[in-house]
Amino acid sequence: MSDVSQDNDNERGKLFGGDFDIKRVLLEGRAFFALIAIIVIFSILSPVYFSTSNFLTMSSHVAIFGLLSLGMLLVILTGGIDLSVGSTLGLAGVFAGFLMQGVSFEILGVVFYPPVWVVVILTCGLGALVGAINGVLIAYFKVPAFVATLGLLYVARGIALLMTDGLTYNNLGGSPELGNTGFDWLGFNRLFGIPVGVLVLAAVAIACILLLARTPFGRWVYSTGGNARAAELSGVPVKRVQVLVYVLSGICAAIAGLVLSSQLTSAGPTAGTTYELTAIAGVVIGGAALTGGRGNVRGTLLGAFVIGFLSDGLVIIGVSSYWQTVFTGAVIILAVLLNSIQYSGRKKQQASSDGKTTSPQPESAATRSPASGSTAGKAGTQS
Amino acid sequence: MNEHATSQEGALGKVILSARNIAKSFGNVHALKAVNFDVHYGQVTTLFGENGAGKSTLMKILSGVMQPSSGEIVLEGEPVRFSSTTEAQRQGISIIHQELSLAPNLSVRDNVFMGREIVGKGGVDYAEEARQTRQLMEELDEPIDPLTPVEDLRLGQQQIVEIARALSVNSRILIMDEPTSALSASEVEVLFRVIRDLKSRGVSLVYISHHLEEALTITDHAVVLRDGRMTAYAARQEIDLEWIVRNMVGENFDLGSPPDGYAMGDAVLSIEGVTVPDASVPGRAVVDDVSLSVRAGEIVCIYGLMGAGRTELLESVAGRGNMAAGRVLLHGEDVSRLSIAERIEKGLVLVPEDRQRDGLVQTMSVGENLSLASIGAFTKGLLTSRGRERHVVRDSISNVHIKTDGAAASIGSLSGGNQQKVVIGKMMATHPRVVLLDEPSRGIDIGAKAEVFKLLSEGAAQQGLAVVFSTSEVGECLSIAHRIVVMSRGRIAAEFGADANKEEIMAASGEAVVA
Repeated sequence: MSDVSQDNDNERGKLFGGDFDIKRVLLEGRAFFALIAIIVIFSILSPVYFSTSNFLTMSSHVAIFGLLSLGMLLVILTGGIDLSVGSTLGLAGVFAGFLMQGVSFEILGVVFYPPVWVVVILTCGLGALVGAINGVLIAYFKVPAFVATLGLLYVARGIALLMTDGLTYNNLGGSPELGNTGFDWLGFNRLFGIPVGVLVLAAVAIACILLLARTPFGRWVYSTGGNARAAELSGVPVKRVQVLVYVLSGICAAIAGLVLSSQLTSAGPTAGTTYELTAIAGVVIGGAALTGGRGNVRGTLLGAFVIGFLSDGLVIIGVSSYWQTVFTGAVIILAVLLNSIQYSGRKKQQASSDGKTTSPQPESAATRSPASGSTAGKAGTQS
Repeated sequence: MNEHATSQEGALGKVILSARNIAKSFGNVHALKAVNFDVHYGQVTTLFGENGAGKSTLMKILSGVMQPSSGEIVLEGEPVRFSSTTEAQRQGISIIHQELSLAPNLSVRDNVFMGREIVGKGGVDYAEEARQTRQLMEELDEPIDPLTPVEDLRLGQQQIVEIARALSVNSRILIMDEPTSALSASEVEVLFRVIRDLKSRGVSLVYISHHLEEALTITDHAVVLRDGRMTAYAARQEIDLEWIVRNMVGENFDLGSPPDGYAMGDAVLSIEGVTVPDASVPGRAVVDDVSLSVRAGEIVCIYGLMGAGRTELLESVAGRGNMAAGRVLLHGEDVSRLSIAERIEKGLVLVPEDRQRDGLVQTMSVGENLSLASIGAFTKGLLTSRGRERHVVRDSISNVHIKTDGAAASIGSLSGGNQQKVVIGKMMATHPRVVLLDEPSRGIDIGAKAEVFKLLSEGAAQQGLAVVFSTSEVGECLSIAHRIVVMSRGRIAAEFGADANKEEIMAASGEAVVA
């Protein structure tokens, strides 16, 4: 009985009491505060920045990076990396464009125009296939993730170029006679005034939140990234988890490809070049650790919005694109810097809480040692 | 050299390095408690003690790897503080760890001068480095070509390269942690010749070994540690094997006795002819044709020295590692081809030896670690149920008595013993029938040890669990185990009942036998 009440006291103390620390709040919510800062600064610098229509436009740009970042988050949580998402995005767009132009079966002498929902499914299947190749190479053939996905980056891009001879599919509208209209619905159109691309992002984000927080698979992802050996011995199918995160990342990239080509109503083979780096940046700004095991959907979305709102803001106030690149890079470095501060801080905190929990008796020598003595002193002045 | 020993200190050679009242704690685990320790000029001092007695911690403190919580180190009469190994090295103290710290891809020459390259006018003076290396290797009577890549050398030779590196920085004090554990008999001979040679050159050595008789042949002084305290100290002439064993093991803290008063069930786990090949030495087997059968409610202890094959045996039974031959039967069903997850499903679980590396996910909370192996138990359809997970976690925390701030506390905030209980609790939450525990008492204090053993004993008596645990501390064999199986060099060397004595168990493991 007394134990229970003590536990409650402890938790309450943590939530409201002594551990409240403004620096920590700023650090842990840094992506959020960065986003606020960006919005405030650009709203001051430009009269057009702070408006619903501009936010919606920027959000539809963010949707692309956000989708890639969410897939990337899953991969990074397991301790991997997926460099192929930008190329997969391009390949998916081209593949969708190719299907929309009609597939001709020469032997039968017919041209088959698949409806849009079939195009969507086939394109996602293609993304899954690219991811599956990545995953199998990494999990079963022990190819380092960096190398395997770098290889797929080239292969996917090459296939996209081969499929179109380097040209762009422009006519993605379909026609009512062929029954394949509606491609513009994937990203170009608006529902309740919100770009469909943004809604797609929201849907995928909710799915990812549920997946990570509420399914066994989500727990497996975190444990694989945190300590694959321990996870394996606990019965986690580590290899299957690894394959699946790359498959999901590939599907996210394919969805992003569909949304982007719908937004542009065209599909070019070079679409999405270097987007993989933006996606990684989004995940990192969102506080995830590249070593795996730490990170969440909320942070990653904030990270994607920080990058998107920053670069669009720079465009709006007329900063040259060269400077945009410099700014983006600086933000990424700053984010990683804060990450390492946060994680080393967490370690220190653990050490000091170690001291607290392990020296319950006042007569214990540990409390008198200078190190833990000073933390105790601090706690005293705070309360 | 003065070999006429009469008193404990002084006459055998003056004290060059001494530790005074050294204490070291990790959280609430006191690894060392006010230890005094002397190193004598030009002589070998051997440190004896069971695993967890504090030998390695003391050596790490002497060599600057870690700093003591209190106490001081006196080098030639002057108090010193080493904040790093480099600083200790500058004072002439080097350590050769059990796991060698050589870069296998580089040559002998590059390894010897790693980090201290001789720079001439045109960059690194490789010729001079090679000349000095050759000279060192010749002095050590092991004329290895300086340009040989280290990975091409046998382990014994690699050790000599480490010694050469230590000598090249003019080490006066050389600490060797278990240098012979991986060596063949002839390589041990070479090493001992080198040690005698070093002594004659005025190098003082600190030696740690589990092979007691082997160590007795080379040492001049013996220091015995037990549970972080120095329990005995004597010169070689005054002691024998029996003295060491008696001081090492001591009067045991009561770790319980085999549970009785119930009928054991049928054989639950049968291991038949399990063989695991050695990954690094082709043709050798780390586990060699081992068969063992464990009944429901029975507790079996596997005793053996490091490298006896205990870990490999348990891991291959649990489903990790490559079994070359043999079968594992669970309730008469062959599970040899099943994955780890499937074996857990069938009720066979392993609590691994190294909880940091194999047991815990450091990035997850206490609760998430506890529920990791039993997610299926609180999953409805696609989603997990938070309420039921809380239930599982709360049950685990109270069943295995984990002292924690709550399920959300970080794993790092727990003491070693409580971390170990998390790993055990995690596997127990899967409701197993057979529990394998690899060195469950490693690195936890005596109170936690007793609690862990009590848990196992209750599990066997009340739930009919079949328990197999391994240990390298002979005192633990004689606690809750109904049966003691001694492994040596990959094979089962002997089997004893609960009434065995320490000496015969240690003798069977090869510990007290000249190699």
